[in-house]
Amino acid sequence: MSCCSAEIGLGVPLSRTNSSAEELAIASRDLGNGLRQSVLSVPAMHCAACIGAVEAALVGVPGVERARANLSLRRVTIEWKRDGHAAPDLLGALAAVGYDANLPAAEIDGEDPTLAGLVRALAVAGFCSMNIMLLSVSVWSGADEATRQTFHAISALLALPAVFYSGAGFYSSAWQALSHGRTNMDVPISVGILLTFALSLYDTVTNAPHAYFEAATSLIFVLLIGRVLDHTMRRKARSAVAALTRLIPRGANVLQNDGSLDFLELGDIKAQMRLRIAAGDRVPTDGVLEDGRAELDAALITGESLWRSVLAGESVRAGELNLGNPFVVRATNAPADSTVAEMTRMIEAAEDGRSRYRRLADRAAGLYAPLVHSLSALAFIIWFITTGNLHTALTTSVAVLIITCPCALGLAVPMVQIVLARRLFERGVMATDGSAFERLREIDTVVFDKTGTLTTGVPRLLGTDGIAPEALEIATALARTSIHPVARAIVAAGVSTEKPLTFTNVRETAGMGLEGRFGGDLYRLGRPEWALGIQNGALTVLSKNGEALAYFSLGEDIRRGARDLVDTLKARNFDVVLLSGDSSKAVDLVAGALGITDRRARLLPTEKVRAIKDLQAVGRRVLMIGDGINDAPALRAADASMAPTSASDIGRSAADFVFLGHDLRVVTDVFDSVQKAAGLIRQNFVLAALYNLISLPVAFSGYVTPLIAALAMSSSSLIVVANALRLAPGPRPRETVAKTVLEART
Amino acid sequence: MIAISVLVPLSIVMGVAGLLAFLWSVRTRQYEDLDGAAARILLDSDEDDTIDRDRRQHMSKDGG
Repeated sequence: MSCCSAEIGLGVPLSRTNSSAEELAIASRDLGNGLRQSVLSVPAMHCAACIGAVEAALVGVPGVERARANLSLRRVTIEWKRDGHAAPDLLGALAAVGYDANLPAAEIDGEDPTLAGLVRALAVAGFCSMNIMLLSVSVWSGADEATRQTFHAISALLALPAVFYSGAGFYSSAWQALSHGRTNMDVPISVGILLTFALSLYDTVTNAPHAYFEAATSLIFVLLIGRVLDHTMRRKARSAVAALTRLIPRGANVLQNDGSLDFLELGDIKAQMRLRIAAGDRVPTDGVLEDGRAELDAALITGESLWRSVLAGESVRAGELNLGNPFVVRATNAPADSTVAEMTRMIEAAEDGRSRYRRLADRAAGLYAPLVHSLSALAFIIWFITTGNLHTALTTSVAVLIITCPCALGLAVPMVQIVLARRLFERGVMATDGSAFERLREIDTVVFDKTGTLTTGVPRLLGTDGIAPEALEIATALARTSIHPVARAIVAAGVSTEKPLTFTNVRETAGMGLEGRFGGDLYRLGRPEWALGIQNGALTVLSKNGEALAYFSLGEDIRRGARDLVDTLKARNFDVVLLSGDSSKAVDLVAGALGITDRRARLLPTEKVRAIKDLQAVGRRVLMIGDGINDAPALRAADASMAPTSASDIGRSAADFVFLGHDLRVVTDVFDSVQKAAGLIRQNFVLAALYNLISLPVAFSGYVTPLIAALAMSSSSLIVVANALRLAPGPRPRETVAKTVLEART
Repeated sequence: MIAISVLVPLSIVMGVAGLLAFLWSVRTRQYEDLDGAAARILLDSDEDDTIDRDRRQHMSKDGG
């Protein structure tokens, strides 16, 4: 496993592969003929050996037809068919070879037609402007009149595709703004390009010495570069709402009074109907369990990793997955009023956290466009009054438009953002939206969720001191046969012996525990009422022939770096708030350990949103860091949001940033980088303004020749780009990686 | 002048050829995974070739 072995082992013990196989199937895309396509993000993939290992492991899974890794995006595209009923365990196969994988936060469904169109326009504009520039150089260096006229005519021809094909996007956008009575950055651009082209055409026909074709086309070229960069940074995230609705089955088997089963569509299911939920199915609506006991996986709803055991008379929620035997539920709501449907409405309602924000570039354009237009008009009027020559006046006002072209302005923001996104990607943070960088800068309050965010969300055995080593060995051997989270926690904490004990007649009773025979004795690991026959409040017990050998209590781990992060945030005068849906006791424990005083427990998703809105109402800018579906509306409502990759699909979709790995300290990195990037953006704006300040008087006084315009324009753009590149990714912090691996192994 | 009337059209034709080559390379997704393309040369399997071929056929069917 060559170069990448260092990172392997970090994520594996924490990955939740059991529920994710189903989540993955839900999120896959139908290609027809039963063929489905999944895209997985594999952040640990670094080299050729990784590509080979990942592809080989995936192709080895039954049902997988094709796997293709993309090293640049650290993603792998898999085409698969259902092998019988079950979806192939792709994540498990990758975890087995040491790669932690998850669903990507951003949608990358095939091509992006807008981007493809922009790249085509850019290529054409590049071709035209470069060739015109080539001809112009010979004109500037003093070609005789006949050659000059020929070259101007060829330039005019070459400019046609650039002006009318590549520039079309600017004109339509400008037209749209104008027809709505607004003005945007595209208005001065369009006016500038079209006027320059028209004037140059006139000058070519009338044999004038100067033509500005290269200015018009290189304007389009440079601006399109900015557009392409900007577009790649626009939000292409999966829709959280779409991901959520996929959790609801299409319908359910309704148990009629005479005992027969009818499959009804979701819309026809009403409250008080009795629904039969088969093993492996999701509950379509909220209800009450009629009899027996049910094992439910609520990981996709709450982000909690512990399976929920529900007794008759207790309630089940829509979207939960039945892991045990079939059961019957009496619906208390129609599906349209269920918790998941309610959550969908809340996510939709909470969109405004983001849309309220106006991008920096748009705000700059709002100031810029009227200023440039009035200056240009002023130049025209002054020159027309003083000289009385329409052509001179027009040339000057066009020169003002060209020289003040927002090339540098158009590149100032997207260039920095793209370099920043790349740098953060190297650190394991994925940004889904460029404007998130800008929003993050205004943050003064950080709100955390507890389970799965400040804690790992995976149960861990608390203290093995009081447990006899033999008992632990037996429990470990028994637990090894199960994938229940509690069993996994025991295995993780347990001793690994050379020769594990082998039990006979091992059986798992859903909702109760594990049992096995060893040398005539019956060992049981599970609930006390089942293992001991008495109820004594303990969660898990190991018994030998009905006698208790050891008690196990479980807690949750605080995520690595959580303490550091909270301390750093406080030192930087951020307000830190903890909003959790968990019990006050659990919240106090974690908040106490981390030193968070502002905490609230037992919050419903609506109350989390309200808490954030209250903070915003008193002028706070809120960053929400959370992972569960119950956090999704809050992630949306906040001014900026982050989620760990271990979060639910919905949580990740709702967040602006998704960070990989298990160390929260990376959040500080994001803050630092964003701060630095903001400085660079500011510098870029200053540079662009400075350039305009110098060149504007020259243009105003009519001294701008095509040569000066070309030089000024390209140099200002180059300076802005070079300045943005100062943020370029530094060397990978190898030492820290090695150190964390050591920590993880000791 | 004769030299120019030959060389200028020639350079434009070459430029157009370059433009078309670029557009083709974008359409066949050759810029999709630059890091991967650099690494794959080190892999010792023939499977990649078949995958690539399948992919191109698949795409030309889509009209891409």
